[in-house]
Amino acid sequence: MVGKRAELKRNALGRLVPAVVNGKKQVPFKGVDGYVAKGRQAAPPIASAANFPGDGDKRVGSLAEALEACGLSDGMTLSTHHHFRNGDLVGNMLFDASARLGAKELMWFPSASFPCHEPVLRHMERGVVHHIEGSMNGPLGDYCTDGKMRGLGVLRSHGGRWQAIQDGEVHVDIAVIAAPCADAFGNANGVNGPAACGSLNFALADSLYADKVIVVTDHLVPFPAIPWQIQGNHVDAVVVVDTVGDPSKIVSGTTEVTKSPDRLLLAELVARFVRDAGIMRDGFSFQAGAGGTALAFAIYLKEMMKRAGVKARFVRGGSTKYLVEMLDEGLTDYILDGQTFDLCGVASMRDNPRHVATSPFTSYNYHGKGFFGTFVDAVVLGATEVDVHFNANVVTHSDGRLLHGIGGWQNCLFAGCTILAVPAVRDRIPVIVDEVTTLTGPGELIDVVVTERGIAINPRRHDLLESVEGKGLPIRDIRDIQREVDQMCGGRPTPPRRGREVVAVVKWVDGTVMDSVWKVVR
Amino acid sequence: MTRTGEAGRRGEKVRSDCWVRVEPKTRGGLKLSVRTKVEAMYGDAVRATCTKALEALGVKHAAVAVEDFGALDFVLMARVEAAVKRAGLGEGRACLPEPGPGFGAKAVRERFRRSRLYLPGNEPKFFLNAALHEPDGVILDLEDSVAPAEKDAARLLVRNALRAVDFGSCERTVRINQGERGLWDVEAVVPQNVHLLLIPKVESAEQVRAVDERAEKIRKSSGLKAPVHLMPIIESALGCFHALEIAKASPRVVALTIGLEDYTADLGAPRTQEGRESFWARSVVVNAARAAGVTPIDTVFSDVSDMEGLRAACLDAKALGFEGKGCIHPRQVPVVHEAFAPSIDEIERARRIVLAFEEAGRQGLGVVALGSKMIDPPVVKRALRTVSMAEALGLLPEGWKKES
Repeated sequence: MVGKRAELKRNALGRLVPAVVNGKKQVPFKGVDGYVAKGRQAAPPIASAANFPGDGDKRVGSLAEALEACGLSDGMTLSTHHHFRNGDLVGNMLFDASARLGAKELMWFPSASFPCHEPVLRHMERGVVHHIEGSMNGPLGDYCTDGKMRGLGVLRSHGGRWQAIQDGEVHVDIAVIAAPCADAFGNANGVNGPAACGSLNFALADSLYADKVIVVTDHLVPFPAIPWQIQGNHVDAVVVVDTVGDPSKIVSGTTEVTKSPDRLLLAELVARFVRDAGIMRDGFSFQAGAGGTALAFAIYLKEMMKRAGVKARFVRGGSTKYLVEMLDEGLTDYILDGQTFDLCGVASMRDNPRHVATSPFTSYNYHGKGFFGTFVDAVVLGATEVDVHFNANVVTHSDGRLLHGIGGWQNCLFAGCTILAVPAVRDRIPVIVDEVTTLTGPGELIDVVVTERGIAINPRRHDLLESVEGKGLPIRDIRDIQREVDQMCGGRPTPPRRGREVVAVVKWVDGTVMDSVWKVVR
Repeated sequence: MTRTGEAGRRGEKVRSDCWVRVEPKTRGGLKLSVRTKVEAMYGDAVRATCTKALEALGVKHAAVAVEDFGALDFVLMARVEAAVKRAGLGEGRACLPEPGPGFGAKAVRERFRRSRLYLPGNEPKFFLNAALHEPDGVILDLEDSVAPAEKDAARLLVRNALRAVDFGSCERTVRINQGERGLWDVEAVVPQNVHLLLIPKVESAEQVRAVDERAEKIRKSSGLKAPVHLMPIIESALGCFHALEIAKASPRVVALTIGLEDYTADLGAPRTQEGRESFWARSVVVNAARAAGVTPIDTVFSDVSDMEGLRAACLDAKALGFEGKGCIHPRQVPVVHEAFAPSIDEIERARRIVLAFEEAGRQGLGVVALGSKMIDPPVVKRALRTVSMAEALGLLPEGWKKES
């Protein structure tokens, strides 16, 4: 129960957060740019080529052998990555092997977990896994929010995960990198092989900073595996298995454009806003994720760009065939891709030098000398709730249960214009609330909330308010939309009851603690 | 006779709806059990609404089970009422939701009817946002989109929706059933400020008059001032032959439309994209409507993914003389509006004709000329119509005459 009974402190946003998390002292959130980190980065031990085979062949017989060779022991931190999304097989393979080896009290540090990782529940119940620091949803999310997990969940953004590893906040003992394609030296990429997924860059930090690195692949090629997104010089062992992922689930369902007329209306409004606010101009840049609404937004914007004769300098992906079409038709010079959501995107990344795999370091890491997320002109994001001060929640349902991870969401908030595209109501649940259940993004970074019932612009952004004046967009006060929806739904909703026990924390991009996730009272 | 009554739907995929079972008892009071997806935020509100509805319906002793999937109050009330009535209780009573913000919207005889959006009458999830897509009219459909066994439940749901849902500036339309059942529909919906009744499968003026008389009677007894307008749908060969009488059956008929699925079935000819088989019928409807001084409206376009096909069909309809089209998906609405709006060339030509007409008037000339060409009076009339439509759609700025 480390941390659960720990002292709580009120942070700069007034949220109660634990002073200690999983035995580590925390800094409460101090404001968007309020905390300046000091000191030096973490570093892995010095390695020597003398200890590795001269012919470059680092293959070992099985994952269990590799773990033993890497000195697996109780209490270690093991990391995996979500390049295969819900089709990942390696996460479960890792803990099955660890259990067979008798390891206990491990900390799992995934870049994200998916419902396919439900078997890890058993390992938590049997003490093989102590707790998870990474996004949780579905059965793992419920296990955490029901207060059953020992240790606290720690939710970080993609950029925050890099920051945590780099700053030594999380020390990865063994990183296990599932690779669609690798050579025996450990060079690896995600663009070739049966489980091709695009880039492997969520594992890049782990490859640089972990004590030990294991590459697991089902598609071994003779040296060199090109591109070497992961460099074999960081890799201790290579394991060849039958299959690393289920390709049919690697391409997630969220890459379908929505057919819902209401979501399409919403997407079109967002595109009109980007156009009419003057953001859509020659040489601009934008990010649209893989959610159905975001995809539809990109399609509407593309038509508007064509009609206006406007080209983008770069588009930030999550790439899909829709962004690839824009690249192929010359509507953007580059795709800077964080992850790839369909096979068309994978092929483009492999074959088109203007479709560039980026890492959380280049795009998102707050503890670097800048990151390009700050100079994307417009991003379109989702949220489960947003409050009247434009603070937003992306990690929990309105009833407090964990819904999904932060992903790149927090990092994207730094863009020139941050737009949340949300339905004003979901099955009687109003999305605009007085206070969000879990604060994931501060309102000062959220500029526009677009709903099917109108567009609310953050009063801090006078410039945006002025730029869309007289353009015929349905600009409304956020409280006005809230009132309308509340009335429709039968009055202001009762605030959910929450437990008194903290089960997880939400980190800000600088490693400070932004909010707590509380045990759900059923 | 009482029996167990059930209404509504349940299951994983159900949204914005609920399922209610009412088991009448002889004593023991009301036993209400509610399971709701929105327990955390609205659990108490759901229970209060169900209790209020049961009390309003005079149900004293019953076991009532509710499974709720985010239904709004007007839906909960309609489902409770349907289950109560199916259980043989609550006779002669109704449970009406409070009127919402859009309830008082006034019926207007002369207005745009370019698009009318069909909403299946037993699917509450489509009601709430329908007006956001800005069709000229919403049609709450009680006819073909509702299964025979659900007609009673849909009627209550549509009645409640007319009170509670804000349909904005849309013409509030209900498509009633045929025959006697249609008259029951009229009784249920007319007191709730319906603007327009869509009458299906009309083959004679008599059918229109029967609906009109019933609607007028109910309107008067409910103390409503605004008339309830009518739009007959012609869907058969016989209907085509009687089109003029149908269009003139009542002064409250404002538009005439055609349903091609049933019409082509009646002909025994397959319905084609090209529409050669229905050319005569569509022309008859346009001519009958114009002869009676009402608006001709075209059938629906049923391939919701084919926007180019829709656009072509609208332009084709416009060329035949129609002024609007039915929509079965909200995304069809903007395409229809764009197609029926006057084109830039049409506006420009009409603008010049109107200016020439006014100039001729100022100079006291009997003949309007544009350059060396004489303009006939009907051309002027059409130009005036085009210009006023362009003004209403914002395609011509206010004060354009001064700038010219």
